[in-house]
Amino acid sequence: MTRRYSALSLLKEGLSGQKGWQPAWDDRPLKPRYDVVIIGGGGQGLATAYYLAKTHGITNVAVIEKGWLGGGNTGRNTTVVRSNYFFPESVRLYDLSLKLYEKLSIELNYNIMLSQRGMVSLAHTPAEMEMSARVVNAMQINGTDAELLDADGVRQRLPIHHGGPDARYPALGGIWQGRAGTARHDAVAWGYARAASKLGVDIIQQCEVEDFLIEGGRCRGLRTSRGEVRADRVGMAVAGHSSVLATKAGFRLPVTSYALQACVSEPVKPILDTVVLSPGTGTYASQSDKGEIVIGGALDRVPSYGQRGNLPVLETVIAGLLEMFPAFRQLKLMRQWAGIVDVVPDSSPILGESPLPGLFLNGGWGTGGFKAIPAGGTLLAHLLATGQHHDISRPFDLDRFTTGRLIDEAAGSGIAH
Amino acid sequence: MQIFSCPFCGPRPETEFHFGGEAGNDRPHGGASVPAQDWAAYLHLRHNPKGAAREIWMHTTCLEVFVMERDTLSMRAEPGQALGGHA
Amino acid sequence: MSAYRLPQGGEIDRTQPLSFTYDGRTVQGFAGDSYASALLASGETVLGRSFKYRRPRGIFGAGVEEPNIHADIRLNGALHLNQRVTTEAAQNGAQLRACGAAPGARSDRTRFVDLFARFIPSGFYYKTFMRPNWHLFEPSIRAMAGLGRVDATQPEGMQGEQRNHHCDAVVVGAGPVGIAAALMLAEGGLSVVLCDDGTRPGGSLLSRVAVIDGMDGAAWLAQALARLNAAGVTLLTRTTAFGVYDHGLIALNQRREGQADLFWRIRPQQIVLAAGAIERPLPFDRNDLPGILSAQAGLTYLRRYAVVAGKRVVIAANNDTGEEVLRALRDAGAEATLIDTRKGTTILSAQGRQQVTGVTLSTGEAIACDAVLVSGGFTPTIHLHAQSGGKLDWDAAKLAFVPRPGSSKVITLGGVAGHFTLAEAFAALPAALGLGQAPQAEPQSYRVAEAWPKPGMKGRVWIDYQHDVTVKDVELARRENFISVEHLKRYTTLGMATDQGKTSNLQGLALMGALTGRTIPEVGTTTYRPPFTPVPLASFAGPRGGARMNPVRRLALEAQHRAAGAKMGEYGGWLRPIHYGTDDSAILAEAKRARATVGVYDASPLGKIEVMGRDAAEFLDFVYYNTMSTLKPGRCRYGFMLTEGGIVHDDGVLVRLDEGRFIVSCSSSHVASVHALLEEWRQDRYPDRQIWIHDATPETATVTVTGPKALAVLERAGIDAAELPHMATGWTQLDEHELRVSRVSFTGDRSYELSVRQDLAPLLWDRAVAAAEAEGGGAMGIEALMILRAEKGFIVIGKDTDGMTRPMDLGSDAPLLRKKADFLGRRSLTLPEAQRPDRNQLVGLLPADGQGMLPVGAHGVETHQGAKRSIGYVTSSHQGAGVDHPIALGLIERGAQRHGEEIILHHLGTTRRAKLVAPCFLDPNGDRLDA
Repeated sequence: MTRRYSALSLLKEGLSGQKGWQPAWDDRPLKPRYDVVIIGGGGQGLATAYYLAKTHGITNVAVIEKGWLGGGNTGRNTTVVRSNYFFPESVRLYDLSLKLYEKLSIELNYNIMLSQRGMVSLAHTPAEMEMSARVVNAMQINGTDAELLDADGVRQRLPIHHGGPDARYPALGGIWQGRAGTARHDAVAWGYARAASKLGVDIIQQCEVEDFLIEGGRCRGLRTSRGEVRADRVGMAVAGHSSVLATKAGFRLPVTSYALQACVSEPVKPILDTVVLSPGTGTYASQSDKGEIVIGGALDRVPSYGQRGNLPVLETVIAGLLEMFPAFRQLKLMRQWAGIVDVVPDSSPILGESPLPGLFLNGGWGTGGFKAIPAGGTLLAHLLATGQHHDISRPFDLDRFTTGRLIDEAAGSGIAH
Repeated sequence: MQIFSCPFCGPRPETEFHFGGEAGNDRPHGGASVPAQDWAAYLHLRHNPKGAAREIWMHTTCLEVFVMERDTLSMRAEPGQALGGHA
Repeated sequence: MSAYRLPQGGEIDRTQPLSFTYDGRTVQGFAGDSYASALLASGETVLGRSFKYRRPRGIFGAGVEEPNIHADIRLNGALHLNQRVTTEAAQNGAQLRACGAAPGARSDRTRFVDLFARFIPSGFYYKTFMRPNWHLFEPSIRAMAGLGRVDATQPEGMQGEQRNHHCDAVVVGAGPVGIAAALMLAEGGLSVVLCDDGTRPGGSLLSRVAVIDGMDGAAWLAQALARLNAAGVTLLTRTTAFGVYDHGLIALNQRREGQADLFWRIRPQQIVLAAGAIERPLPFDRNDLPGILSAQAGLTYLRRYAVVAGKRVVIAANNDTGEEVLRALRDAGAEATLIDTRKGTTILSAQGRQQVTGVTLSTGEAIACDAVLVSGGFTPTIHLHAQSGGKLDWDAAKLAFVPRPGSSKVITLGGVAGHFTLAEAFAALPAALGLGQAPQAEPQSYRVAEAWPKPGMKGRVWIDYQHDVTVKDVELARRENFISVEHLKRYTTLGMATDQGKTSNLQGLALMGALTGRTIPEVGTTTYRPPFTPVPLASFAGPRGGARMNPVRRLALEAQHRAAGAKMGEYGGWLRPIHYGTDDSAILAEAKRARATVGVYDASPLGKIEVMGRDAAEFLDFVYYNTMSTLKPGRCRYGFMLTEGGIVHDDGVLVRLDEGRFIVSCSSSHVASVHALLEEWRQDRYPDRQIWIHDATPETATVTVTGPKALAVLERAGIDAAELPHMATGWTQLDEHELRVSRVSFTGDRSYELSVRQDLAPLLWDRAVAAAEAEGGGAMGIEALMILRAEKGFIVIGKDTDGMTRPMDLGSDAPLLRKKADFLGRRSLTLPEAQRPDRNQLVGLLPADGQGMLPVGAHGVETHQGAKRSIGYVTSSHQGAGVDHPIALGLIERGAQRHGEEIILHHLGTTRRAKLVAPCFLDPNGDRLDA
């Protein structure tokens, strides 16, 4: 039986028909009681379970998922990881994430294919160049890598970019973060699931939360489609649907759900080496290892829980892409989909205890939850294990909406998420 | 492309409309004495229903503000109703 | 394979030969051929390589389902990537290159990979390449992946075209059932669009024998097409209906010769789906060899293109359709054998290396052959039904997922509905359409027996050809617990190739079901997403490129500015003069001249939103931070508009023309948002009050004259404003025309904003500029104005403020302390955050190190225990015009209390020293306003 992944084990299994591999995670029945139950088997929930077991030694944990692991936004995003944020609070959060990502394949013994190909955020006008300088300086002061590119620097990294003076959106320069890149999204969920399962966490798929068990004003557990389960600490990591569960738990959140469109082209030979974001045209793109151009853009205009493709935003996003890369007119769109994201007024996540004591929140990620998975998991695990905020999660508590101390990245940097 | 119906202009493509928030989220009276919790709830807390919703929309070409009942999952949209019933 | 062409028959025109190249080899064909039929007729076998194992591959299908062979096609200078050779009409002179193979499909350099196949099963990459890190391995894997090769030297591809179309019904699929449905609808009085992704209408009638209404298929088709024409049906060939979107929108992509594709958006009353069904392969060892084709494809090549798949052909089918294929091949002179798997005999394995040379049956019998035609049953093309929210039922007799009746608004017919014979399909038409009479066809039987891939099958049995997913891979997925259908897809990449699993998905589900003891419907399907087949990005983008993308707004005076040598730039969506010189040195010169004498600039984009009516003053008190109702008629007042969050949304001067008439002069980039904000609050809060709002910005042109000689310029220009005090407004004349003059200043100098009807702008501009030149001044661009306003500490919203700036941060706290009435954002200004003492506040900065201008975007930093911390940033920076040194504005922590202090600035790794000062560098007492 082969548990550990390596070139050698592949070789060995190759000689015996790949028959010795173990389940990546075990299917176990839901027990009536756990120390901690985590709602949501996406990247955030699975990472939370892993860090609870690994860092805090709490292994009597269940992750319950209404569908299949990684089936929400973990499996629907455009796989970008980066930490090019403006405020120190954000940089600390996303840089923690990036640092954990950098070691994650080896830590989990699962290749998540972190590909730090770098990311260019283009500046198309003098005003955007000034804003880019403001962001680069903020990133440098906050201790993460950032460089301000001029037009030549952009040409060097994006030789196929149509950025001359006659272009509608010429590139005057941009923000470069070399450590940014992409990771294989499904692998992040599966890698955490495998590692958590190995440490004793129960992973329960096809298990939907029907209601919260509330006793003495505290969350004491859940009623699920697979029966009751009790736990004194419950974590919730269901971004996109945070409000649906909040309603069951009896409170409201500062969240509105929107669909975010994404699509991929047919695969082509390597042509785009970095992740590119153009706030001016509302488009970002990267090329996957399989060769597909992965394209994303702004949110839909209409609040929605419909996880399906729509045309209006997609059409303008693709128009923006072709404006920057006219050679991509040769490409065809192969697959289009949408994910539902929690949109919060300040575009920053919500981490902390909910208005229902005993229930802890991880949500509100907007379009940026995937890149934050290792950090979001670490911080929710800390909350669940200690009942207290980690220093890094403290500013992201719900109380900021009452005090007014928002962490409004869009306001600070003008960079879309 | 969804089609919404402005009480003033009739059916128009979704790209002409701007979401104005949930209906019934009334501005608290009391100026500076409004409790911080109430003000935060007015500013930020949302029902964000999955399914039937009642919302405020603006048609950005004629600037009519109206109420629309909609389903956020099936995307069914009822024709907009004028505020105060005087369209 | 030894496919060959018959001397007669088919749709091809033998009088019109053509030739093209494939991987450099010349291939002959005829007009009417597809690339695939011409390649087969030429005896070509290995035409592509599989994605992962680099297996030799030949043509499998005859249409959009083709999983194997894709080529980059260069024709008349244009490059088309990843084209299926089965769907494209062959063109003389085209150059085709097999996708994903180098140097060519036959000679692919990486074909050795198949030797290591046993070591690289599904998901192998998750288990290795971790040390030292993925970067070491990624480049070579990237280089091997990908199909076509983008030609970056040919950037000028065609822009897409789009069309919105209205009709009563769209019928998808112009086979016999779609045609019959279109006829019934059109002859019933509806307007109908009938589309088909093939090159001609007819569908199965083009390749299969049929008798309809007593006529043979071809004769029926001919008369039906004539009737379609007579009934006014719009028939679109080479047109794929690829997506159904919200509210009944159906999207079509039409391919056109020599033109860009045309993207159709149609929102019909009815969508009728008659797209047929796709034949599945059969599972056996090495079922991917070149020479193994779908049986219906073999029939299509024979009947449409007169190409016989081989001299000795084995046909294997689990259903009734094998018989016709057998007869047709025998009629064509081929030696053909039918294996009817329903009788218990199946193919166990195929032999051959570069092409199939024989098969071994379950009976042990070996048959030598040069082609194998397989039919594993049919999968209904239900994609558009499912995309529109429709549910599926498992039809155990047909072995197919069929649409659940009534679960979507799409009407499903024919093969889509699991009606695999014409008689059955026609019989269902009247009820489905709620209309009259359908054609009649002779009853046929369609019986099918299971022939799913089975656990433990020997050898290498392909399920997904393009992505090289085999039975063993599905077994591995099961072993590792990737048993949810979505996990199966993502882990093995089954169905994720460019064919999106049209020939493979169901076999994968069936096998996973068998492995986990579940039925096929229990396993379920993955989500069907648009597009049905890949659609050019250019079609989605349509004509939105270049100048048509987010078009800039143009000034009425653009011609005058250009004639005066203006360099134009985009500011807040408007194309405005940057300066009027040959280079950027003109900016400072224009600013200095305006300080010395006078400058004239085009201020037309400045917002001019009129608010009128008895209750306008009360309304404005609510939307402004400042008290506006006390403003006297004929006077102007500067103020802020906040969001409910207390953030400064806009600033500007409010003009009160008379008791019930105000003009909101908002920032040029905020006109639309301020107008919407005013309307929203008017309708929400003051619905029954007398308030009218009108945006007069587009119909008004504004020219501003500023500088010590401003009044002299007005006098020269014949504009009488001598009596007007600062912050006052009034009406005067430009010749016989009405002109509104406001004496407000964004520069600190005496200034007059002159507003006239848009069409009078040239008259006003020419007059003002001529007068200014006579006074030693002249026209100035926006950048000079930026210097002048910065010297006075006048902010630009969004530049000198950010999304956290409250009015108190800009030095304005009187309204919060004194104003009686409630106003937008009030409560937010008393929250702890707004009252925090260490907020970033507007401040002036001067270089303290004698090194010239401070960089915009530089941050003030403090170091505490070795850790740096930002204390705000520089927002504007200029070489002074009225003062002889660099100046800057910034938002700095506690800035208002720190005038005189020095701070350290960080900029791109370097540091500077700056001194904080009051945000006004010139004439703090305002004497120049009346100079």
